[in-house]
Amino acid sequence: MNLQLTPDGRLRHLLTLDGLPRAILTQILDTAESFMDVGEREVKKVPLLRGKSIFNLFFEPSTRTRTTFEIAAKRLSADVVNLNIATSSQTKGEAILDTVDNLAAMHADMFIVRHSQSGAAHFIARHVAPHISVVNAGDGRHAHPTQGLLDMFTIRRYKGEFHNLTVAIVGDVLHSRVARSQIHALTTLGVPEVRVIGPKTLLPTGVEQMGVKVFHDMEAGLAGCDVVIMLRLQNERMKGARLPSAQEYFKFFGLTLEKLALAKPDAIVMHPGPMNRGVEIDSEVADGPQSVILPQVTYGIAVRMAVMALLAGGTA
Amino acid sequence: MHASLPDANTLITRLADAIAPTLTPETLIVGIHTGGVWVAERLHGLLKCSLPLGMLDISFYRDDFSRIGLHPQVKPSNLPFDLEDRDIILVDDVLHTGRTVRAAMNELFDYGRPASIRLAVLVDRGGHELPIRPDFVGLAHAVPSHQNITLSRLDDGHLTLTLA
Repeated sequence: MNLQLTPDGRLRHLLTLDGLPRAILTQILDTAESFMDVGEREVKKVPLLRGKSIFNLFFEPSTRTRTTFEIAAKRLSADVVNLNIATSSQTKGEAILDTVDNLAAMHADMFIVRHSQSGAAHFIARHVAPHISVVNAGDGRHAHPTQGLLDMFTIRRYKGEFHNLTVAIVGDVLHSRVARSQIHALTTLGVPEVRVIGPKTLLPTGVEQMGVKVFHDMEAGLAGCDVVIMLRLQNERMKGARLPSAQEYFKFFGLTLEKLALAKPDAIVMHPGPMNRGVEIDSEVADGPQSVILPQVTYGIAVRMAVMALLAGGTA
Repeated sequence: MHASLPDANTLITRLADAIAPTLTPETLIVGIHTGGVWVAERLHGLLKCSLPLGMLDISFYRDDFSRIGLHPQVKPSNLPFDLEDRDIILVDDVLHTGRTVRAAMNELFDYGRPASIRLAVLVDRGGHELPIRPDFVGLAHAVPSHQNITLSRLDDGHLTLTLA
């Protein structure tokens, strides 16, 4: 049984994009499109979620994701409570559910969950009462569905369609929940060619089974791409001896104007943030005309509004 | 059961004639999706308005959202002008409970503070649940609560009213 859908096929929780039907992804993107203009009005709010309480449960630090969820909830007129729960040795399953039960007793309607352990949001979703929805805001290496959705929204805004695109995801796919969500969404939405580019040590074994083409050098991988998605190289990976040095990484896999010229002339460059300038991306690219990195952030608000509105409606 | 209703185009002409004397160059016409936009488009043409037509999708303002959820096809609202201190004619196809009009007015106020809002409807079918009445009406035709009047648009753009 799919935990994310109601028996009649509507969105119940948003935990992963893996297995979500194309119709649901498209519905979220279309709804987000309608929310885009709300951000440009004099009153940047709609009354949809008036009286609902949304808890941002962040067991792992985040600025951008937490803030955009908060803004999205506020633009829907929900009441938002932010809880930054330090990841300490206390973070065991039992303690999480105690936290959740206490917040549910305060009449929570929705939990937005970020956790360093894969599966944390699923764990909470299985536990909560039927009227409570759970949104995964990133769990371990597993999934970051709203980031994947906002990336699809960005691609659709700039490229219009999915069926004629070549999309490359570059960098540390192995540790990236964002890359997993992107790959699921891109293949579900019908992108004919999804590529991953990175050193062998940073690509998961068997990644081809997700329906992607694997490249180990930028020259071949970027040729003819419409969309180039750069992933953040987490500094702690360097210590794990997976990479010789940041400079070495930049030389081979950092996106410079020179390397970007291998993609199509109208290719867009995306990055989920926060960027390591001079490691995975050169500032000239990040701030250049092909970069859509800041629009991604703006679109993230509309996409998260759409997810929350679809989850909260029809539950009374 | 289909009862015969007047031709929608005749009713739109009647509405336009009623609105015309009150019009100023600053008047804005705003239609409510979907039927209200069809009527508003016709009125906008007949009245030769110079300002662009506005469109509202009230899905984000409905009072039954928590019971029935979001409409599957939400269209973006499009108000390509500043509402501040303008006179607005809000257009819908059928006035029934008045809840749609209430939602539309709530949405309009989130774009600015209009000087006035007047309501034009093709058909007032009765069954009001709120103190909302039309300022301009094509046809007042009370219909029992189990029946519905709907406006539909054919492929050639022709508008027709049906009672079922």
